[in-house]
Amino acid sequence: MYDKIWESHVVREIPGEPTLIYIDRHLVHEGTSPQAFAGIEAAGRQVRRPDLTFAVMDHSVPTKNRELPIVDDSARLQYCAEFGIRLYPMGDANQGIVHVIGPQLGLTQPGMTIVCGDSHTSTHGAFGALAFGIGTSEVEHVLATQCLQQDRSKTMLVTFRGKRPPGVSSKDLILALIGKIGISGGTGHVIEYAGETISRLSMDARMTICNMSIEGGARAGMVAPDQTTFEYLEGRPFVPRGREFHVLVDEWMYLPSDFGAKFDKTVELDATQIAPQVTWGTNPGMVTSVTERVPDPNSFRDPDEQKAAVRALEYMALRPGTPIVDIPVDRVFIGSCTNSRLEDLRAVARLVRGKHIAPTLKAALVVPGSRVVKAKAEEEGLDRILREAGFEWRDAGCSMCIGMNDDVLPPGERSASTSNRNFEGRQGKGSRTHLVSPIMAAAAAIAGHFVDVRELGVDVTE
Amino acid sequence: MQPISKHTGLVMPLDRVNVDTDQMVPKQFLKALTRQGFGRNLFYDWRYLPGEVPNPEFVLNFPRYRGASVLLARANFGCGSSREHAPWALLDYGFRVIIAPSFADIFYNNCFKNGILPITLADAQVDEPFRRAEATEGYQLTADLPNQAVSDAQGLKFHFDIDDFRKAVLLEGLDDIGLTLKQEPDITAYEQRHHPQANLYQAVDFTQ
Repeated sequence: MYDKIWESHVVREIPGEPTLIYIDRHLVHEGTSPQAFAGIEAAGRQVRRPDLTFAVMDHSVPTKNRELPIVDDSARLQYCAEFGIRLYPMGDANQGIVHVIGPQLGLTQPGMTIVCGDSHTSTHGAFGALAFGIGTSEVEHVLATQCLQQDRSKTMLVTFRGKRPPGVSSKDLILALIGKIGISGGTGHVIEYAGETISRLSMDARMTICNMSIEGGARAGMVAPDQTTFEYLEGRPFVPRGREFHVLVDEWMYLPSDFGAKFDKTVELDATQIAPQVTWGTNPGMVTSVTERVPDPNSFRDPDEQKAAVRALEYMALRPGTPIVDIPVDRVFIGSCTNSRLEDLRAVARLVRGKHIAPTLKAALVVPGSRVVKAKAEEEGLDRILREAGFEWRDAGCSMCIGMNDDVLPPGERSASTSNRNFEGRQGKGSRTHLVSPIMAAAAAIAGHFVDVRELGVDVTE
Repeated sequence: MQPISKHTGLVMPLDRVNVDTDQMVPKQFLKALTRQGFGRNLFYDWRYLPGEVPNPEFVLNFPRYRGASVLLARANFGCGSSREHAPWALLDYGFRVIIAPSFADIFYNNCFKNGILPITLADAQVDEPFRRAEATEGYQLTADLPNQAVSDAQGLKFHFDIDDFRKAVLLEGLDDIGLTLKQEPDITAYEQRHHPQANLYQAVDFTQ
C-alpha cells in the first residue's frame, strides 16, 4: 500500500537524489508553523496551493474561559489570511486538534499524502493515507512548492491476530506493540497494521493506533481502507457526494497491499493475550500490563537500558516490584490527538456513570478533541454524566498532553493520561505521566489508583 | 544555511539513550516567532535548577565543556516531537556536529535543514570517544565531511556513511526550496495529470 501511494505521488525521480513527491493535504497549526510563514515572506515567495493548506489553532489554546482574550497567541497564524489559507480559529465551530478535525472534515482520504508540522500526523494513516510529521523547514518547503524531497522508507507489517478481549482498547494494542519493538523499533519504516483485530476496529480506534506509530519510531502508520473507512467518510464536508463518491471508493479499493506483498520487517502479536497497559517510565516503550509490577532495572540485559530504567524510576518516584494497581494518581487527563474522540468519551461516560472520582484526586479533566466532538457528546448528555462524576468538561485543544496552555501537571504529581508521551516534563516540569487507555484512565479516576478495567466489565464499544 | 565541510571542536558527551526533543526545548519556548535565540533554553529542565540556577550536575554546565561544538550522544537521539526548535537550539548554543549510534527520523532530517552534521557510528565505535572525552579535558574531534571521517589527535579514526545528496546540501549550504522551485515544470505537469483539489461539498454544519 505504501508503494502504491508513493508511486502515484512521484513528481520527479532522479537517481542519486531524493524523490520529489506531491503533497495532497498540508495541515498547519500555531505551534511549529509561524517561522515557516516568516521564511516564505522573508524570501519573497508565495504559497503555491493555499487551497490545499488548512490551518487550525490547537497547541496552545485555552480550554476554559475562552471569552477572555488570549494574550500572546493572536498573531501566530496571522499569515493565513495574508496567503489565503483557510483557518479554523479558536472560536470556530470546527476548531479542534489538527489530527481530529482533518478526518472529521473529510480532508483526510485514502491514498492521499498528508503532512503537518507535528509528529502525530501519522494519525491520518488510519484511512490508508501516507501521513507523516515534518519539521518547520519542510513546512516552508511544502508551502512554497506543495512538494517534499523524500527518500523511500522501509516497510514494516504489524499483524494483530485474534479478537480483542473486552476492556482492552486500541491504545493497549499499540502500547503493547511499542513495548515489544521499543521506541526506535520502527525507525526508518512505515508501518502497515493488519490482521482481523485491526479490521474489526472502528475508525476512532484505528486512529489511536496510527497516532502512536511515531512513539515506536515510525514516521507513518497505516491501515488498509475498507467498508468501515468508506462509511466513516461518506457525507463528510470535504468528501465528494453521490456518483463521484462511488467512483472514488472504486479507486480506494485498489489501495490495500496485494496478496503476498513484501515487507522489510514483519511483527506479529496475539491480541487475545494483550492486557490493559500502563507505562511506568519516561518513554512509551517503558510499559507493562496492569497485572504486572514495576520492573527491576536489573532485569534489563542492555546496560544502557538498565541505566535508563534506574533514571526513569527515580524520576517517576517508583520502587521496583510495586504492583501497578498500587500506584496512586493525583490527576487524570482524558484527551489529546490519541484519545479524545467520541468513542473514547462514550466509553469513559459508560464507566463513570453514577460513580464519582476518588476524594484523593486533585482534578480530572476531559478535553474533547474538537468542538464538533464536544457538541456531539453534549447532545448525547455525556458532559452531564462526566460532570456529575466530578470531571471537568473543557473546550477542545491539545491541553495537558503538551501543557502549552494553562493545563499543566504540577511538579511531583502523577497522572493517568490518555495522551501519547510520558517524557520527563512533558505534561509540566517535574510531572509524572502514566499513559493508559481512556477507560483505564476513567477507572483510575474513580478508584484513585490504577485498576484492571477488565474487572469492571466495561468495554470500549457497546 | 551555513555550509559545513571540516569541523574540529570540543566534545561534550551526553551519556543517555533516547534523548527526546521535549528535553532539548521544553514546550514553554515553542511560542517564539523566530528561529533564533533558543540556545539559552537548550536542555532547559536538565540544565537549570529553580530560578534558572545552572545545575552543576548536568554535563552542559561542566566548565570543561564550555564552548563545545561536537555533541557525542547515545542511541535514538532526537526522538519524539517534530519540533525543529531542537536543532535550532543546538545550533544556537554552538553545536555543529552530533555523533550518535542512531537518530530519530524527523530530527535527523531537521539537522540537514539547519547546517548541523549528524554522524551515525556503530555503538561500539561511539564508546571510544565517550571514554576519551570523559578522560581527557579539552578532548576534540574533527568531522571531515568531504572524506566522511571522524578523527582525533591521538589517531582514532572512523569512517561514516552519509547520503550523497545530503552531503552536497551541507557542503554547499544549499537552499532546497530554491532547488525544488527549479522543478516547477514537473510540479505543474503533475498537477495537470492529477488535479489535486480540496472542494468543500457542503457548507460545514456547525452542529453536526
